[in-house]
Amino acid sequence: MTSIFSSLPIAHEDDAFGLIRLAKADTHPSKTSLNAGVYRDEEGNPWVLPVVKEVKNILHADPTVNHEYLPIRGNARFLTGARKLVLGAAEALNPAVVSIQTVAGTGANHMAAILLVHALQPKSVWFSNPTWLNHASIWEKADKNINQKWYPYYNPADRRFDFRGMVKTLEEESQPGDVVVLHACAHNPTGLDPTRDQWKAIADLCIRLKLFPLFDSAYQGFASGDLERDSWAIKHFLGEDGLELGIAQSFSKNFGLYAERVGALHIRTTSADVASNVGILLQQVSRSEFSTPPAYGATIVATVLNDDALFAKWQLDLKTMSSRIAQMRQGLYDELIRLKTPGKWDHILTQIGMFSYIGVTAAQAILLKEQYHIYLLTTGRVALTGLTWENVGYVASSIDAVVRQTATEAIPS
Amino acid sequence: MDSTQYPPSVFNAATYIAPDAIFKVTKDYLADTDPRKVNVGAGTYRDENGKPWILPSVRMAKEVVANAGHEYSPILGLKLFRDRTVELAFQGMKALKEDRIASCQSLSGTGALLLAGLALKKAESGITEVLITEPTWSNHELLFSSMGYNVTKLPYYKAGAFDFRSYIDALKSAPSGAAVILHTCAHNPTGCDPSQEQWKEIAAVMKKKTMFPVFDSAYLGFNSGVVYDDAWAIRYFVDELGFEASVCLSFAKSMGLYGERVGVVTFVASSSELAQTMVSILENVQRATVSTPPIYGANIAATVLGTPEIAKQWAQDLITMSSRVKGMRQKLFDALVRLQTPGDWSHIVKQTGMFGYTGISSAQIVYLQDKYHVYMANTSRISIAGLNDSNVEYFAKALDDAVRSVK
Repeated sequence: MTSIFSSLPIAHEDDAFGLIRLAKADTHPSKTSLNAGVYRDEEGNPWVLPVVKEVKNILHADPTVNHEYLPIRGNARFLTGARKLVLGAAEALNPAVVSIQTVAGTGANHMAAILLVHALQPKSVWFSNPTWLNHASIWEKADKNINQKWYPYYNPADRRFDFRGMVKTLEEESQPGDVVVLHACAHNPTGLDPTRDQWKAIADLCIRLKLFPLFDSAYQGFASGDLERDSWAIKHFLGEDGLELGIAQSFSKNFGLYAERVGALHIRTTSADVASNVGILLQQVSRSEFSTPPAYGATIVATVLNDDALFAKWQLDLKTMSSRIAQMRQGLYDELIRLKTPGKWDHILTQIGMFSYIGVTAAQAILLKEQYHIYLLTTGRVALTGLTWENVGYVASSIDAVVRQTATEAIPS
Repeated sequence: MDSTQYPPSVFNAATYIAPDAIFKVTKDYLADTDPRKVNVGAGTYRDENGKPWILPSVRMAKEVVANAGHEYSPILGLKLFRDRTVELAFQGMKALKEDRIASCQSLSGTGALLLAGLALKKAESGITEVLITEPTWSNHELLFSSMGYNVTKLPYYKAGAFDFRSYIDALKSAPSGAAVILHTCAHNPTGCDPSQEQWKEIAAVMKKKTMFPVFDSAYLGFNSGVVYDDAWAIRYFVDELGFEASVCLSFAKSMGLYGERVGVVTFVASSSELAQTMVSILENVQRATVSTPPIYGANIAATVLGTPEIAKQWAQDLITMSSRVKGMRQKLFDALVRLQTPGDWSHIVKQTGMFGYTGISSAQIVYLQDKYHVYMANTSRISIAGLNDSNVEYFAKALDDAVRSVK
């Protein structure tokens, strides 16, 4: 009997999740996972933020808490707090900015793509080369006919942000109405961010070339420990009157609420009327996919963002996470220098956030996995959250070993 | 740059779309300060005091999961939750024993239907037509048309009952190979379900026309009080007739977990290999929409289903909710009989589940809201769960007045 499913292509397992599965199955005592983009404490364990624990206890004890449907737009207190956080207090009051709760950052990116494809009909969407693995799939799902284009971003020769390359390509090849996806801070996967002057130039470019900037903001507070610093670029763009833009905001990392899928999408338009209509369009997208967003995680975030004491505790938790990662960067760098590992490694210190394009090749990454049970993406992306004082020496010496080993081998054709 | 120099908005061309009517009903109800107000609009269970009800079994489960973490679930969701849900919905079925069921955690029932629709496209199933009942849940049409399916409505309801003749005739004339959205039980919004004999005839037509059933199963257990009984139609199609199908499951109503978005999409395939392949397809479509689903509610549901004494409590909770609703149907009917309200109101006790179509006119609905602060859907659908001993007489009198005063 033929099945309606018979003609399917076999879907391929997502690389990052596939690697997680492999790493989990590996029982070698030195096994080290440096692939998944989740925070780990100094013991290498998942970390529920103390402020989150506190709020969960409050909610658990509160007899008025229930599981009623949220409005399609989401939890109103959550959205108020989310707006203030990423837009700044003044712009948060601007009725020309419309906001909706989404299923984390993925959902926000997905919803932005659907909205922009419908409203802008852009010829192309531009991603940094490289970018978060899922950006391309999300846009492909929103419109399989849209051109996906890549602006230069990572220069492997000097391991730096290729600002000139980015500007040149957009100047020469972009068209008015194109969407350009920007990482607000802590670029995933490279860890390289533009300087403030470079951000100013990028903003000018977007205005001049009539591009629609879509910020992916997944690390506010998590990157530097400073909420203002990590949203500087967004706020600079918002300061450009009349520039319409979008912000896909995730609370997965900065609240450690990964699995609760907490996010928001903000669209800055030119007037309250336009914003209102966009809001209805966004609500229709939500309604046609999942009706209303999940309540629990947003309630936790709303509680923190709207309470001064809890907010202050959250900032301490952000400092805990960001400074541990900064220490691990320093620790890894110091070890590689001590071992006199061939190559330059100072980019480890100048990059920011949980990820680093550490500078190993795909072949070296495979060797690290097969010989040293160290798991990182074959792109060379390392999740520094996987480093601890206990394993950083082993990781450094393993990198040292594979770098030296591949230096003496012929490059496979 | 001052305001007059702003370039026109890129969003100017987007067309205004009126929001989903039922959400406005809730909004208006919440804004109303009249103490007599009655909400029989939105489909959420209310207890005998008209309040949201946290199921005792859910309370028990929340104690157990109180200190759970928040690490990303797999893309397919919590395996324990998926497996226990599949065991619940497909208990005793060959498809389960033969490992022919693909499952994926979804954002409640809406998300399950979405994943089913996206997966059927990704699987190159060839299905382009989707048949829904008229009337049906207000979101079916938007959901499937947004995905690019051609949606056709089949007449379903007439004079307080399931219009079987019209439905089956329309089904016979519909395109072969279409996906058919079936309400497993407690049809929303009419409360009118096919009898078992009628289900058999529907299945026979669908078999002949190689139609693909999509079972929208939002009320398993909530309807009769027993999940197994409410799943009869699934068993008949899948187990007895060997249909391939999608069964879309939600715990919004049956566990009161509405806002936490707890659901599972399943596909029953003709072989275990095909089921596995569908799992990979589901994983793919989930990744590009939400990446991974929210775990809080799924963790609670998995704990309820998998902990014997909590599962036992849940069985009791289902009986509590379903029998309170059935009791209210009877009380409303009795009140209307006592008031000698013109018309035949027996459909109120013949219909089943959370909802019922009263059959009153738009003018009567407006009258009820304006004069009596009674909020209901503009289709004449009421949520019986919104009635209780404190308001059922008031509601009956209001309905009586509306029927007598307004045409």
